[in-house]
Amino acid sequence: MRRLLREPLGVFGLSLVVLVIFGAVFADLLSAYDPTRINPRVRFQGPSGDHLLGTDQLGRDLFSRVLYGGRIALFVALVSTAVSLVIGIVLGLIAGYGPRWLDNLMILLFDSMKSFPTVMLALALVTIMGPSLTAVMVVVVLVTVPGYARIIRTQTIAIKTSEFVTAAQSMGASNGRILFKHILPNVIGPLVILASMDIPVVIAIEAGMSFLGLGVRPPTPSWGSILNDGFSSIRDTAWIAIAGGLPIIITTLGFTFLGETLRDVFDPRLKGR
Amino acid sequence: MLAYTFKRLLLAVAIVSLAMFLLFCMIYTIPGDPAAVALGPRATDEMREALRIKMGLDQPIWVQFWNFFTGAWTGDLGNEVLSDRPVLDVVLEQLPYTLALIAGGISWSVALGIPLGCWAAVSRGSVADRIVGVISVAVIAVPSFVIAIYALLIFAVTLRWLPAIGAGEPGDLSDQLVHLILPSLAVGLGWVGYIARMVRASMLEVLEASHIRTARAFGLPHRMITYRYALTIAILPTITLLGVGIGQMLSSAVFAEIVFARPGVGKLVYDAILTRNFPVVTGAVLVTTVLFVLLNLLADLLVGALDPRVRSSF
Repeated sequence: MRRLLREPLGVFGLSLVVLVIFGAVFADLLSAYDPTRINPRVRFQGPSGDHLLGTDQLGRDLFSRVLYGGRIALFVALVSTAVSLVIGIVLGLIAGYGPRWLDNLMILLFDSMKSFPTVMLALALVTIMGPSLTAVMVVVVLVTVPGYARIIRTQTIAIKTSEFVTAAQSMGASNGRILFKHILPNVIGPLVILASMDIPVVIAIEAGMSFLGLGVRPPTPSWGSILNDGFSSIRDTAWIAIAGGLPIIITTLGFTFLGETLRDVFDPRLKGR
Repeated sequence: MLAYTFKRLLLAVAIVSLAMFLLFCMIYTIPGDPAAVALGPRATDEMREALRIKMGLDQPIWVQFWNFFTGAWTGDLGNEVLSDRPVLDVVLEQLPYTLALIAGGISWSVALGIPLGCWAAVSRGSVADRIVGVISVAVIAVPSFVIAIYALLIFAVTLRWLPAIGAGEPGDLSDQLVHLILPSLAVGLGWVGYIARMVRASMLEVLEASHIRTARAFGLPHRMITYRYALTIAILPTITLLGVGIGQMLSSAVFAEIVFARPGVGKLVYDAILTRNFPVVTGAVLVTTVLFVLLNLLADLLVGALDPRVRSSF
């Protein structure tokens, strides 16, 4: 932690991340307006003392919408990353520790999942499921699980022939015990760093799908849908687009700078990935 | 090499087959009768039944799947709902626009990324190096659609330097190029970062190599060593990086096409989803997936040809 604080870029990233989390957690204290309340009398206003980021085409306060949009973004990032991690760990352990044919089959599956362009995958899925927050999270899980599973698999294969695992096997430990008690603690480190570096990607997927109208349904505020409002009325006012894009830039930059520094500090081996 | 090529080819075929299977499941699970959707609410039951038989919907699911599968491998992706034109034609008609956009993105990323990476490597450890490093990470982090919107806002709406919508007059090459500048910047800017990092890393490696040391010992000018002898070797890994990058740029291209109202495959799929024109959705997704798999295959084979270690670990 102290080494992290010595890196200026890491400190910068950390403060951006703290800012975003703070804004999302205390959204109801910080904002004076209901993010979904329509007020036609104050449409298309620029930033002012009353409305820090101005108002949108329906007169909704953009600052409140940005804060509440942060809740959606962080919620998706946390929940879907957690789900991906669990699925990725289980699949990776099975592929790494299980029989050879299962390993090959799973590698084929992971590779094919990765071979769909993300946007095409999202578009195809939304066609079936309809636009929703769940659809966004399914896309995120499908996109990130192969990466996690692969890294767990590689590490598991490297570790499963080591002496302490052989020792546990000869003492009659069950497969489940070996996997979760002996192998998992040794392979989880790099995974956590990778997952933290994937958070900007997850946030970009949520915002991107909401921007296309395939994610969060209106009137729920999301950074992507604010950006889309701004795009529709870009010739009337620039403020909506700026208000929608700014939090996305701040969040992705913050998490990326933080993640890069964390990786350099804790695990230089992952560099260049 | 032959065994590696064969295995890699097999994987590509397997991936495309899997994609087809998933797309078939997708068509099958979409609520509503495709024949009813195609004919609209005023069609009679006899018309629907006739179309169902024509589309093969009366046959058992595994026959339907086999027909879809064999059809897709031979390029028959079905017909569009509205105009009844073959889906493959519709998609291939839009593909050149998307490819032009990706080519533009590559041009931006190469034109900015290589000099930046080279500059950073030559002035290693300096302030310039740090700045290039931060910029590289930053442009990788920010999503392309935010860049697209901001570029539209700054250069097209506010400054009015560049056009905001369309792909330019057909046949007028300079007009088309002007229309390509902003969308391709949005597609390529993230890759400026990847390429700058890659070039920097490989430049640092090459500058330590013995032939560069020899060139220095011969007293060749510094500039000539850097750009003529070191850079020409150091940009080689960039080529394989771009092989992967083209596929990723495909995703950004979808957003760029929507933001700048350009024709292209991305816009085609997006519009098709909004109008529930499902054959076009599946067709376009399949064509882009095949394109993506092919490009990855090419990149992998290229790396395999250059680096024997990759072959043996596969």
